[in-house]
Amino acid sequence: MCFKAKRLFRLALAPVLMLMSAAALAAGGEVSQVNMSPGVTELGKEIYDLHMLILGICVVIGAGVFGVMLYSIVYHRKSRGVTPSQFHESTKVEILWTVVPFFILIGMAFPATTTLLEIYDTDDADMDVLVTGYQWKWKYEYLNEDGENVSFFSNLRTPQSEIYNAESKGEHYLLEVDEPLVLPVDAKVRFLVTANDVIHSWWVPQLAVKKDAIPGFINETWARTSVPGVYRGQCAELCGKDHGFMPIVVNVVSKEEYAEWLAGKQAEASKIKELMAQTFSMDELMTRGKEVYQRNCLACHGANGEGGVGTPIAASPVATGDLGSHLDIGINGVPGTAMQAFGAQINDVEMAAVITYQRNAFGNNMGDMVQPIDVYNHKEG
Amino acid sequence: MGDHHHGPAKGLTRWMFTTNHKDIGTMYLWFSFAMFILGGAFAMIIRAELFQPGMQLIEPAFFNQMTTMHGLVMVFGAIMPAFVGLANWMIPMMIGAPDMALPRMNNWSFWILPPAFLLLASTLFMEGGAPAFGWTFYAPLSTTYAPPSVTYFIFSIHVLGLSSIMGSINIIATVMNMRAPGMTYMKMPLFVWTWLITAFLLVAVMPVLAGAVTMMLMDIHFGTSFFSAAGGGDPVLFQHIFWFFGHPEVYIIILPAFGVVSQIIPAFSRKPLFGYASMVYATAAIAFLSFVVWAHHMYTVGMPIAGELFFMYATMLIAVPTGVKVFNWITTMWRGALSFETPMLFCIGFLVLFTIGGFTGLMLSIAPADFQYHDSYFVVAHFHYVMVAGAVFSMTAAVYFWLPKWCGKMYNETMGKTHFWISFIGFNLAFFPQHFVGLAGMPRRIPDYALQFADFNMMSSIGAFIYGASQIMFLYNVIATIVAGKPTSDEKVWDGAEGLEWTVATPAPYHTFEVPPAVK
Ligand code: HEC
Ligand code: HEM
Ligand SMILES: [Cu+2]
Ligand SMILES: [Cu+2]
Repeated sequence: MCFKAKRLFRLALAPVLMLMSAAALAAGGEVSQVNMSPGVTELGKEIYDLHMLILGICVVIGAGVFGVMLYSIVYHRKSRGVTPSQFHESTKVEILWTVVPFFILIGMAFPATTTLLEIYDTDDADMDVLVTGYQWKWKYEYLNEDGENVSFFSNLRTPQSEIYNAESKGEHYLLEVDEPLVLPVDAKVRFLVTANDVIHSWWVPQLAVKKDAIPGFINETWARTSVPGVYRGQCAELCGKDHGFMPIVVNVVSKEEYAEWLAGKQAEASKIKELMAQTFSMDELMTRGKEVYQRNCLACHGANGEGGVGTPIAASPVATGDLGSHLDIGINGVPGTAMQAFGAQINDVEMAAVITYQRNAFGNNMGDMVQPIDVYNHKEG
Repeated sequence: MGDHHHGPAKGLTRWMFTTNHKDIGTMYLWFSFAMFILGGAFAMIIRAELFQPGMQLIEPAFFNQMTTMHGLVMVFGAIMPAFVGLANWMIPMMIGAPDMALPRMNNWSFWILPPAFLLLASTLFMEGGAPAFGWTFYAPLSTTYAPPSVTYFIFSIHVLGLSSIMGSINIIATVMNMRAPGMTYMKMPLFVWTWLITAFLLVAVMPVLAGAVTMMLMDIHFGTSFFSAAGGGDPVLFQHIFWFFGHPEVYIIILPAFGVVSQIIPAFSRKPLFGYASMVYATAAIAFLSFVVWAHHMYTVGMPIAGELFFMYATMLIAVPTGVKVFNWITTMWRGALSFETPMLFCIGFLVLFTIGGFTGLMLSIAPADFQYHDSYFVVAHFHYVMVAGAVFSMTAAVYFWLPKWCGKMYNETMGKTHFWISFIGFNLAFFPQHFVGLAGMPRRIPDYALQFADFNMMSSIGAFIYGASQIMFLYNVIATIVAGKPTSDEKVWDGAEGLEWTVATPAPYHTFEVPPAVK
């Protein structure tokens, strides 16, 4: 009796240990999320229900299977002096446990199919957003709006100092961006998802959307969010070095706020047009250039131009050589390498500034500068 | 011309030139254990970096190299060769054959493996680093955007594919031609059956993998654009080819494990395996279905809805034969006379944890729900429940079960049981919380994570360290047994064990069944 109790205790040990550690966590503060969230869309709720249904079925079957096994382990042990039975087949039960699961599966297939059909129904969208994955940022482009298309890049905002533990980490560590995607509430938004370089995957758990961003393909998916709020996600497909550092932030706002935001964006775009006609001083270009460099180039070329995924900029033959070919690499990239064509990603003012910066920072001291008009002319050939 | 009853040659040449199935089996087993330690070391580095949020020990680029090398080494270096080693040792002894059908090829199929992995491991020291595109090496990350070492990676995949194909041909030839008189197909031990089916799977899909890496090679060096959209190619094509290999591959890993468990559970239940015939049919059904479910790894790539539905239904169907197997094992235990030596403990561990992995597999098969699970830590938890608690636990059980037969010495039972309990607890502590963080939204293959995932990741790392450390106890126990274990000459070793391998002397002589036994 005592012997059996000891064995049972050992069997129970593992789950108990796990519970204990969970309890320790709970005591230490808020309990971490352990389950899928129903999110803030109708589809998300449906997917969540489906998930709970299947999980429930698995738990029930599991309880049966493990219960029978545990019974055997306790009562059919040799140490109790049992004689082993020698039966080894029974067509009846074998057919039973082939057929019954089959019907359970059919039961699961029905709700699964309906939900899938809804996910695939991208018709009748109120608006379209083109989502493009880049190494390692997202670009959002609002299509079919009246007037100008609005487009911008969304980069990780968490500073390196937090990542490398020099500063304490903020509340939204790694899940914060410089410019979030802004969407109106209660609108059916169709996302057209693609990529510029390698495969990425656009995942926002609260919107129940995950779609691979594949170069050369445009995938479709959609969401209708019923609650305003800020929803955070991440790239889900391994896309190289900074795959863990390209978050997604979706800011869902009221229809009025959205319209206001959009108008602001369009005004900003025309202001940049004006800026492009201006001539800047060296100081202005250097200040702007540093900002652009840190946002767009640092990941590959290093904080001090020392290189990394990209070649070093400090003392680089390009950055200390012919200005035209330097500008050309900035605008058109180096095909077949991680060096992208930034001409399509940053505006002419930013390009002029960052090239000037690269030529005059990190000890390069070339003394020459690029104006937005030079970038424009280079692009026009 | 040697003497008919010669023993092993002496020294290094014994191992270099051996054609003896036991020697080759032993080399496979040691090699795979070495790879298990190497792949485990990579995993420890990964878990150490993930112990806390923030980058502490390594850089993101190196982190990706670690995940990639960990996956490749564990799948191709540890699990697959381990089961080939077991097949080499056990299949001839189980079917009453004197050796494998093609002994010289057997020597080759082992000896090309170490150079292949040496080459793969050497990429860690190359300019640009080791492959960093994941063990699934999706194009174009593995082609246009790959480090230069990818070419060596391709070559080593070719070589180890070759090794696998040779090994499988050998197994097929042996099982088909060398069975003792009276050993009909439906009398073969299940381990032999599962390996026969696995060997066919290997012969069918390894060339597909070779094709995939060759296309990569062409894209990288010879100007083709199979997988490059810019040149008119198709990156999704890569995934279809990879998973046409990859899904059968996961069954290549688990079917021999099913075989092992089907040998050990009856032995310690002192009762014949329940439903032998349905086990064979279920194995064949799983193998067949494994060819038509590959795109369940690709629910989010944007397949047409018809494809999506087909792959969902087919995948759900796999749960039926898998369920049959689990039910049969449990019914085998039912009303037996159970005892719980180390091999049995590992098999029960397998049964519980593999079943949990099967349940999460069923959840993943539901396409709409998989949109949330895919590429999250939930998937990482799923495949570690089936690959570690499935394949590795069963392999460990096999070593404890047959080790006394191999070397005529008994391992330390207390240490074996301790090894089991520490492994079991460490494993669950490491991988159960990964279900939680996955469902809460943590993507896989990231070197750093948001703060809400911190608690469970720390738990997971602690569990991983425990599991890792317990393997040293395993290594110690095996070596101590070989060097100084308590000698045993009992032919059966285990009172409930059945089968031809238990009729030969203990330790198993260098040559067995030179005269075929008669099987009633
Ligand atoms: C995704 C990584 C990445 C980012 C981000 C990146 N580069 Fe590069 N860059 C590279 C790589 C890789 C090369 C080397 C290409 C080659 O092989 O010639 C390179 C080369 C260059 C060169 C040529 C240097 C030389 O000596 O050959 C310049 C100039 C350059 N990049 C400018 C920029 C600018 C400006 C930015 C930011 C707006 C930027 N890069 C952002 C990866 C990157
Ligand atoms: C009931 C049986 C099983 C079912 C229904 C099943 C289903 C699935 C599905 C749908 C996925 C894709 C998940 C995703 O990426 O979104 C998956 C992933 C995976 N499964 Fe299973 N599975 C089963 C058993 C197994 C077994 C036995 C193994 C291996 C021993 C295995 C190994 C894997 C691996 C390695 C992956 C991840 C591959 C990767 O992306 O790296 N599975 N499984
Ligand atoms: Cu990514
Ligand atoms: Cu699969």
